[in-house]
Amino acid sequence: MSAYKSESNLEKVLKAGHFAFTGECGPPQGANIDVLREKAQHLKGCVDAVNVTDNQTAVVRMSSWAASLVLLQEGLEPNFQMVCRDRNRLAMQSDILGIYVHGVRNMLCLSGDHQKFGNHPESKNVFDIDSMQLINMVKTMRDEGKFLNGQDIDVPPRLFIGAASNPFADPSEFRAYRLAKKIAAGADFVQTQCIYNMKRFRDFMKQVVDMGLHEKCAILAGVTPMKSVGMARYMAKQVPGMDVPEELIKRLQGAGKGKVAEEGIRFAVEQIEEFKEMEGIAGVHLMAIEWEHRVPEIAERARVLPRPQV
Amino acid sequence: MIVAEPKPIKEILEMIEGVHKILVVGCKGCVTVCNVGGSKEVGILASTLRIAGKRDGKELEVGEYTLERQCDPEYVAELEDVVAPYDAVISIACGVGPQFLSERYSSKKIFPGVNTKFMGGAVEHGIWAERCAGCGTCVVHYFGGLCPIARCSKSLLNGPCGGSSKGKCEIAPDVDCIWDMIVTKLMQEDRLDDLLQFRPAKNWTTARDGGPRRMIREELVK
Repeated sequence: MSAYKSESNLEKVLKAGHFAFTGECGPPQGANIDVLREKAQHLKGCVDAVNVTDNQTAVVRMSSWAASLVLLQEGLEPNFQMVCRDRNRLAMQSDILGIYVHGVRNMLCLSGDHQKFGNHPESKNVFDIDSMQLINMVKTMRDEGKFLNGQDIDVPPRLFIGAASNPFADPSEFRAYRLAKKIAAGADFVQTQCIYNMKRFRDFMKQVVDMGLHEKCAILAGVTPMKSVGMARYMAKQVPGMDVPEELIKRLQGAGKGKVAEEGIRFAVEQIEEFKEMEGIAGVHLMAIEWEHRVPEIAERARVLPRPQV
Repeated sequence: MIVAEPKPIKEILEMIEGVHKILVVGCKGCVTVCNVGGSKEVGILASTLRIAGKRDGKELEVGEYTLERQCDPEYVAELEDVVAPYDAVISIACGVGPQFLSERYSSKKIFPGVNTKFMGGAVEHGIWAERCAGCGTCVVHYFGGLCPIARCSKSLLNGPCGGSSKGKCEIAPDVDCIWDMIVTKLMQEDRLDDLLQFRPAKNWTTARDGGPRRMIREELVK
């Protein structure tokens, strides 16, 4: 038996003690495979694994498992995302088996945005199980070789199990505890919500470290570079559970016309530099939304290249 | 109680197009309490239909009757003679009513006059809110007496999700985050251990997912 849980590249990078760097790729709203392949090429060599979102913000896109397979063909390691909104426990388990046999080794377990936010708000939602139960189901499938009903699996899928954590959502006093609960349920790594309020995040991490959670699970800090003042304002006002301090918005405004994106990247690079030194942080998850082509530059400037070969 | 709301009058008029003799039937149960289907509302709907009929130059005879309950065959049977001269019935009970009427009076056209909303109660005068999803296996004691299945938009048993903000749910600023309430309550009661307890996947067979439900109380069956 291997010393690894999944033998994914991400798992090996983390286990070897490297500072991990993961990226993200939203599948196309259509069957345009060229767009997907192009996004993949920008990320190649810059990241240890690429999150493939699952109908993000409840907007229909190419399925996350199919897009994950395309990334595999392109020589990238996918981090297959699965939300609880669209599938019941049967569909979830069968998709988990399917992606595993095709070579996917990382999986991120999420509740999923409510369909109200998406482009099919009239739809029925599933939420048969929640993200906590999904994490535990994938762990039970891997470590005990059993389906959720207790039945044996003929060749269990061995996946590196990811979870999300939002340090900025409410009730804030419970956030570190909920992370602890996800780790106890089976999370091997955690990617946080986009961080903009560094002070609040430092406080959160202090609590996480005091609880010893960073020793049980690799915590990757979420970074999304701001492209514009409008984006910052939108995130501050419209996205629930997001904390964008006014001073950051002022800083972006102060950059002047045509220089806001550069200032956004500069802030992201500063953040990554701080995360490298922050106790309890094992890496960064860069969510450059529809900005995949800027990832090589950000990675370069944040001095996370070349990526370790393990 | 079961909470309902009136259907728009325009929709009702379209439904009963071509009908000339119609009986509006109310219910003295839940829909009376939530001011939508009692004898008072029967009167209002019947008058509205008569006025609309006159306005449109239609021949429309509208009768009125309110049953003790529409979800009980012995009360439904009371309508036998009352309903005879009419072609159709508008039930303004919850969704159970029109079906009991349809089963008992199969030759009559049955129309629903209300939209059945949820199981809940009045939180303020004129405001009702959902409290129960009828899942068939109550577990509110795990959650400080509050139900995340009915009241969390994602029915999370291990909440709250990352969309909880200042006590409100991500889906709308006027929707309370029930998980915020659960966490606050249990923390105040020093029950953090209960919150950290992993709640496994629920068995939904007792909910609607297990198919249409029946309940048999042997001791009551004759």
